[in-house]
Amino acid sequence: MITNQLTIHEAHKLLVSRQLSSVELTRACLERIRQVEPKVHALVTITEELALSQAQKADELIAAGDNNTLTGIPVLIKDNMCTKGIRTTCSSRMLENFVPPYDATVVEKLNECGPVVLGKTNMDEFAMGSSTEHSALFTTHNPWDLSRVPGGSSGGSAAAVAASETIYALGSDTGGSIRQPAGFCSVTGLKPTYGRVSRYGLVAFASSLDQIGPITQDVADCALVLNAIAGYDSRDSTSVPEPTPDYTRCLTTDLNGLRIGVPGEYFVEGMQTEVEMAIRAAISKLEELGARVEWEASLPHTRYALAAYYIIAPSEASANLARYDGVKYGFSYQDTNSMWEAMEKTRQYGFGAEVKRRIMLGTHALSAGYYDAWYVKAQKVRTIIRQEFDQAFDKFDALITPTSPTVPFKIGEKIDDPLQMYLSDVCTLPINIAGLPAISIPAGFADGLPIGMQIIGKPFSEETILKIAHAYQQATDWHKRRPEI
Amino acid sequence: MKLSREEVLHIARLARLGLTEAEVNKLREQLSNLLENFEILQQVDTSSTPPTAHSIALQNIVKDDEVAPSLPQDQILANAPRRDGECFRVKAVLE
Repeated sequence: MITNQLTIHEAHKLLVSRQLSSVELTRACLERIRQVEPKVHALVTITEELALSQAQKADELIAAGDNNTLTGIPVLIKDNMCTKGIRTTCSSRMLENFVPPYDATVVEKLNECGPVVLGKTNMDEFAMGSSTEHSALFTTHNPWDLSRVPGGSSGGSAAAVAASETIYALGSDTGGSIRQPAGFCSVTGLKPTYGRVSRYGLVAFASSLDQIGPITQDVADCALVLNAIAGYDSRDSTSVPEPTPDYTRCLTTDLNGLRIGVPGEYFVEGMQTEVEMAIRAAISKLEELGARVEWEASLPHTRYALAAYYIIAPSEASANLARYDGVKYGFSYQDTNSMWEAMEKTRQYGFGAEVKRRIMLGTHALSAGYYDAWYVKAQKVRTIIRQEFDQAFDKFDALITPTSPTVPFKIGEKIDDPLQMYLSDVCTLPINIAGLPAISIPAGFADGLPIGMQIIGKPFSEETILKIAHAYQQATDWHKRRPEI
Repeated sequence: MKLSREEVLHIARLARLGLTEAEVNKLREQLSNLLENFEILQQVDTSSTPPTAHSIALQNIVKDDEVAPSLPQDQILANAPRRDGECFRVKAVLE
């Protein structure tokens, strides 16, 4: 048994039966981190001392019977979630030395479970990117092929789970930033319905699209983590005041009567043949398991989603990132007496190329004379995209697509072509526009490189997509394969 | 439609974003190319469609006016690039 390869539910059983201690489990992860980090580069900060002291405390909680499923289980947190007293950089020069004075709600909620926090993971700067190449600190490498990207923006979290550096991780998803790296690294990643998980303490990128979710080794773990982090929070006014179910209760394998739609528009031009074949085979497997599949479903406005997203997300980002002025926290340019020059230079040197590109794009779309033509137009197209999903969900319980049109691409391949990079998220970003829940699970390999399948549900139907994903994992073993590293 | 150099500088000024000459040129190319691709939005008939700002239609979120402690001043000021006693120190606003 390699302890750092255990799932949450496997490790939990061993912890409560005292066959394994949290300290042992934590040491195994820390040792694995030492071993593979020089190759993978998934972690921005390692909190070894904290982890070992939390593990000791967790062992005491378990001995006293005062524990739940996440107690004593090692976790990594994406570096855009505030952790009190632990540097939170957003992989940006702007926040390189920022130490939050408070915890994000999701971190608070994990802390109630007696967690073991191993550290913080690398990402594209301010979560803007699809490969972690836009991290201002370093690029994370895909454990399945170190010359390729792990996806992004939660590339550090996905790569670390794939490389067994941690038992699970948290990511955030604005246009695919949990699902696309989960697909690229052959792990399980869930973006919950917008409003399901509190965004308080998540460094804001695009406030109407951002959502935090789990990155795990299987669907059962995903349900356990969602149980811990979901729920209403009065500090996030867009958090939804509805009770959350126990997400582990939906994990059956009976798909009889479930109606699944396969929207043709997601099998786009430029899609890799092996990806399309793997996803069609995976859907056939679901059909065998009892699901009723409509292969010719259609969402005709899908082709406008990329443009709408890349107006809306940068517009919101340009407003959210206006706060970085070098006065209250973060990088601050001092070598001038002019207030305006200090602000402009702070932002010039503090932000990387992709962040600047999006601030510029968003500022333009919101500026006088262009606001109606770009921003309002994109919001109207957003309405149509959402309506189209609503109509589809009158007929289907879930929709299935590839997570990304290709397998992981080479480091450097798309870095100079923003549009090609943006197209990597063409299958995932419509889901954020509509605020829907979606999960990516491993669905095969092409020449040893991972392929992800995306299962999309109607708002607040996480149980349905978890059930379909779980049934698939019970019938296949793609999610159990591990990279040789 | 290609953005002019002046337009790029105007946007940068609105965003209070300093740019090098090389960045101005590169952004002019890249933003023009992206916006040209996004022109596709104009093909969609939205004459009778309202805009959506948020995917979940929550309205009028109100809270009870409860007294709660704020973060201690020292913690808030701990990340200040320049501090002057109990204040953030800033450059002169009026010259």
